[in-house]
Amino acid sequence: MLPEIGQFLLVLSLLLATALTVLPMLGYAKNNQTLMQTARPLSHVLFITIMASFVILVVLFIQQDFSVLYVAENSSLELPLRYRITAAWGAHEGSILMWVTVQALWISAVAKFSRSLSLSQISRVLSVLGFIALGFVAFVLFASNPFETIFPVPIDGNDLNPLLQDFGMIMHPPLLYFGYVGLSVAFSLSVAALIGGEINEQWIRWSRRWTNIAWAFLTMGIILGSWWAYYELGWGGWWFWDPVENASFLPWLAGTALIHVQAVSERKNAFRGWTVLLAIIAFSLCILGTFLVRSGSITSVHSFAADPFRGIFILVLLAIYSGGALVLYTLRANQLKSRDTINLNSRETLMLANSLIFITATFTVLLGTLFPMIFEAVGKKISVGAPYFGLMFFVLMIPMAVLLPLGSQLKWHRDDVMAAIKQLMPYLLVTTVLAVIVWFLFKPLNIRAIAGIYGGLWVFTATVGQWIKRPGRATAGFIGMSVAHIGVAVFLFAMSMTEHKDIEQDILMSPGTTKQVGGYDFTFTGVDRVRQENYQAQQGHVEVRREGRLITTLNPQKRFYPKQQMPMTEAAIYAGWTKDIYVSLGEAVNKEGAWAVRIYIKPLIRWMWFGGILMLTGAIIGLFSARIKRQEDKQRDQVMAQQLNIS
Amino acid sequence: MTPTRKRRLILISMVIMGVAVATAIFLTAFKDNIMFFKSPTEISQNDFPVNRSFRLGGMVKEGSLQRLENSLKVQFEVTDYGADVQVEYEGILPDLFREGQGVVAIGRMENKQLFVAEEVLAKHDENYMPPEVADILLTEGQQ
Repeated sequence: MLPEIGQFLLVLSLLLATALTVLPMLGYAKNNQTLMQTARPLSHVLFITIMASFVILVVLFIQQDFSVLYVAENSSLELPLRYRITAAWGAHEGSILMWVTVQALWISAVAKFSRSLSLSQISRVLSVLGFIALGFVAFVLFASNPFETIFPVPIDGNDLNPLLQDFGMIMHPPLLYFGYVGLSVAFSLSVAALIGGEINEQWIRWSRRWTNIAWAFLTMGIILGSWWAYYELGWGGWWFWDPVENASFLPWLAGTALIHVQAVSERKNAFRGWTVLLAIIAFSLCILGTFLVRSGSITSVHSFAADPFRGIFILVLLAIYSGGALVLYTLRANQLKSRDTINLNSRETLMLANSLIFITATFTVLLGTLFPMIFEAVGKKISVGAPYFGLMFFVLMIPMAVLLPLGSQLKWHRDDVMAAIKQLMPYLLVTTVLAVIVWFLFKPLNIRAIAGIYGGLWVFTATVGQWIKRPGRATAGFIGMSVAHIGVAVFLFAMSMTEHKDIEQDILMSPGTTKQVGGYDFTFTGVDRVRQENYQAQQGHVEVRREGRLITTLNPQKRFYPKQQMPMTEAAIYAGWTKDIYVSLGEAVNKEGAWAVRIYIKPLIRWMWFGGILMLTGAIIGLFSARIKRQEDKQRDQVMAQQLNIS
Repeated sequence: MTPTRKRRLILISMVIMGVAVATAIFLTAFKDNIMFFKSPTEISQNDFPVNRSFRLGGMVKEGSLQRLENSLKVQFEVTDYGADVQVEYEGILPDLFREGQGVVAIGRMENKQLFVAEEVLAKHDENYMPPEVADILLTEGQQ
């Protein structure tokens, strides 16, 4: 019974999404108040129906209803309850349903928190959002229905992929989806503005808030994904430039450009077209990312089944949404022409430079990701190696780091670049001194490590210096910006250390032997067997000592999941303030109990993720800007006054 | 020339220079990091990049896996059922590395017979495998 209800709710959602697409837009076209007023209630009802169907899916997992194909494929009698719940979004069908659920949640939130928009504006925005929801609900229903049933009902399920039985997995997809879908708000605003042929500061200010939240979620999702890959895949790397990682990184890069450009366009009548275009690009990359991950054109841990129909479906959605938005942009962008001129010697110019750098980064990553697919079409198999991405990124992040302090030093509207550079000189001096100290502590360092460390220190000293020297009280906007930029600095510094000062060794260890790696003594005392809820494991014991003092005993596991006949490596990590000690088991090498053991020492790796957390914290602090609040209140009063006049 | 025009000219030429430099770096980085994929048959016909890394894909030949005593060095043969290539690798093999299973090795030809791998990729789980391995499994299934 439950699967049928879930299915029915999805059909209902499809109808509601259609109504949300059509009615308010029709109302806007005919200037009909009543039709436009349907937008908000429809949004809330849509959220309720989709949420209900998602809850039903979770309940089906909890109840172990194997008559549902999706449940049978991704759960089993032995699977612990916590993973049964998360299995709901552990594979393709459920994760797309989660996407739609998150989308509906955003739509409902937009409907609720949009008092500063006039009815004609919000009805258009919600209509566009409804149109996006329509496409993805249709995708769930016609191409990836999680409520499909099977007969005969299997006695036991197939179990969840062991890699996904993990905390990182529980949080990573929802956060990423919140980010992906959140960018659809800025996209919808852009499309709505293009339809109406007008955009104003209030509108951008409103959408900027949503962009910040979405970007913060996206950042967190990427951090968690990286952290998960680090400890779960057993390879010890934190970023592989894998196409699916790039799929989440592309919208992030475009989103970063968007955030900075919005900061200009919400203040003055400038960069309007660019803001609108960036919003369209950012969300298009979200859909493209979904296509890359779900279509099976790239095989990875994220692509569950290569079903060409699904790929084509998402490609069609991409063509409709992005293609449609871009056509609209070419037709209407000239109506959004910016009136204010930009002085070359101002913060605005630097913001433009920022967006150009980040958009260039977006396209180099995009090209490297898509190139193998293009080649494949002509029958040649190639892949683009990680060094390409690493080098390109390095090259692009140098100007970013160099210019960042100048951007935050310069004033809005008009300033003196030469004077600003002069003011930055003391920071440059401090940076150089610090860099020399770092060099003597950690030499030898190669050129890339030096550049990264120098860049990180430069951004850090300048940002801190500017904060201290700032006259008057720091506003939320300023604090947010500074915290995010310190995050950039922390990330750059820690990343350079992790990448260039790490130690990686695969060694053969017999029980009782001690090996020295990076100033630590690792004693391998052997392997024993342990049994857990749904797997067996061979658990190794490695004692880590420094100068004879026991620091920790690490217990890496080689797990075996009988249900899926699948072995899995579970690394053991000692997380320290300055470095991680990472041990994982390879395989048993001989009869005497010797094992291949992988030992990594990764300096500052946690600080790298912490840098990311600082960045997103900055984005969130920025939401509490008093200036924006004041202007929004004013705007809301105006909207209210207008409405009263009409009625 | 008016000051505004002059400034604009400087700005435009700076942008053009930036784009040119970026393109140059981009093309170099790209050229050096494209990795070709070759099958054992292609290698037996001497069709492989010399002194340069590429991806070798095929099945691990049954009974070919040898571990050298007391080291992490392994040797195995990769086959596409047309030709075999001897592969040498030092390190930890992936969890799902098995004889008779698909594998992709990244490395270069030491000489015309021996491929030295820097990295070995196998299926990651039942669903996740390098696309090339999936293709090989597919063609094998058709035979």
